[in-house]
Amino acid sequence: MSRAFDLIVIGAGPAGGAAALAAARHGLSVGLIDEAAAAGGQIYRAPAPGMVMLSGKRDDDANAGDELRAALAASRVQAFYSHRVWTVARGFQVDAAGEDGHHSFCAPRVIAANGGHERLVPFPGWTLPGVIGLAAATILMKSQGMMPGGRVVVAGCGPLLMAVAAKIVSGGGDLVAVVDLAGPSDWISALPGLVRRCGLLRRGLGWILAIGKARVPIYFRHGVRAAEGSDRVARVVIGPVDRAGAPVVGSEKVFDVDMLVIGHGLVASSEVPRLLRAGMTYDRLLGGWVPDVDPCGRTSVEGLFAIGDGAGIRGAEPAAIAGAIAGLAAARDAGRIEAGAFDTSMTVFGRKRRSYHAFASAIGGLMALRPAQVAAIAPDTVVCRCEDVTRASIDAAARDGAADVNQLKHFTRCGMGPCQGRMCGDVAAELLARARSVPRQSVGYWTGRPPLRPLPLQDLVGTFSYSDIPIPSPAPL
Amino acid sequence: MSAPAATRLFGWQRGRPVRVAVDGVPLFAHEGEMLAAVLLAAGVVRLRSSPLDHAPRGAFCLMGLCQECLVRIDGVTRQACLVPVLDGLKVQLVAPYEQTP
Repeated sequence: MSRAFDLIVIGAGPAGGAAALAAARHGLSVGLIDEAAAAGGQIYRAPAPGMVMLSGKRDDDANAGDELRAALAASRVQAFYSHRVWTVARGFQVDAAGEDGHHSFCAPRVIAANGGHERLVPFPGWTLPGVIGLAAATILMKSQGMMPGGRVVVAGCGPLLMAVAAKIVSGGGDLVAVVDLAGPSDWISALPGLVRRCGLLRRGLGWILAIGKARVPIYFRHGVRAAEGSDRVARVVIGPVDRAGAPVVGSEKVFDVDMLVIGHGLVASSEVPRLLRAGMTYDRLLGGWVPDVDPCGRTSVEGLFAIGDGAGIRGAEPAAIAGAIAGLAAARDAGRIEAGAFDTSMTVFGRKRRSYHAFASAIGGLMALRPAQVAAIAPDTVVCRCEDVTRASIDAAARDGAADVNQLKHFTRCGMGPCQGRMCGDVAAELLARARSVPRQSVGYWTGRPPLRPLPLQDLVGTFSYSDIPIPSPAPL
Repeated sequence: MSAPAATRLFGWQRGRPVRVAVDGVPLFAHEGEMLAAVLLAAGVVRLRSSPLDHAPRGAFCLMGLCQECLVRIDGVTRQACLVPVLDGLKVQLVAPYEQTP
């Protein structure tokens, strides 16, 4: 049995939430599916059920998240939270596993709004327990009311770095050091783009001031050389890097820690377009391989839209605009909006979207993969953490003739483990392209395959007793 | 068990206090908290071993992607970052019992 809708939206973050609301407002029946227990995605993540933040400063993200959740609750959007979408078939059929078993949904249109996930450029010890992503730290703080650490070092690059560090400081955490790959001059050269959005720029400066006020040292143009420890991270070694992110000779520092929080930008989660074989383009500034989309978010697969960070990392506000546009376009495709009214709304949204462009590309530059940093990965460092594949094995596969990432996977098992290449994919492809001296585009991307995320067989089967199984009467002999 | 890798903030209303058992060892938690966070707060940071090198692994992304926080609940492999805790929850660490040397 499958539930039929005019539109299914996968992912209830800023993009997917806005798309569902816009389409429902124009009369489409909308099914909104998300793995989390509430809407918001990662940036607007809600406190876990039963938890409320009573004191302390609520930030803009918490307020925006509450607004989105309230709007969805008051709308005609039918939401399916705690449902993990594991495959999408053309046509479309969307299959998801919920707490009470398996559910099928069908609709002539699907909007994929799967967001992004963290990129980490490997270094010795990055797989140690106690090393977590920057986004992971925000989840602890936003949804669990917990502070990472004990003693914490926050490292990496991009705006999330300073946001996490400031949040730890303001929550009274024991932040030992902030380690930024970028130097002040990188931030300054990004300024012309950043000033387009004064509010966010002010927020960013506020973060840096808060860190400075707490007298936490910020090491600009430094990177983590190694995380050390036996069963969990106990020490972090940092050292200077050059403008391109490669380590350079200089004095190293060692910090005793209980946790290392680190991230090197975000990768677009484009698994649904990849699964349905939509056209893709590699764009370093947008977070890797992104689906080809028209201004409304339509991919090359008829009826499939891709929006938000999953279609290129731009951040929450541009994602919400892309969502509203895609929701309207879906309603237009279904014949629920007149051409005139549609064009008027599009003009307004288009103008709004353009105002975000310069900012998004400035931030994209700070978060993009740094090739020199990848080039400096040591041969015996693990790149694929699921299958313990080292850089040396990737280089060897390249020498043996692996020409694209799917062949690399067959040769080495890199990307074949349960995370399905999400953690290592961007770096593994970069290493392969480098080893073969070819442009990054030519080594391709992992083919999208079901299940989109691993799930226990039990969740598909659900609970039943044998008497529930219809047994046809045997054919007469 | 060792030093906590996460600390509960004051000023949050939480679910009622509950107990969960990790390999038979009782841990304190609040109903509805994410199991992966409960384990970090209790200093249970290493959760498993990697398949080839048998290197220590623990929760990494906390958003359901990396699969590093796999544990067993009622005989089923679950991602600890997607499991809200309930009173009496029994958790078994996957490592090292089920991995061949």
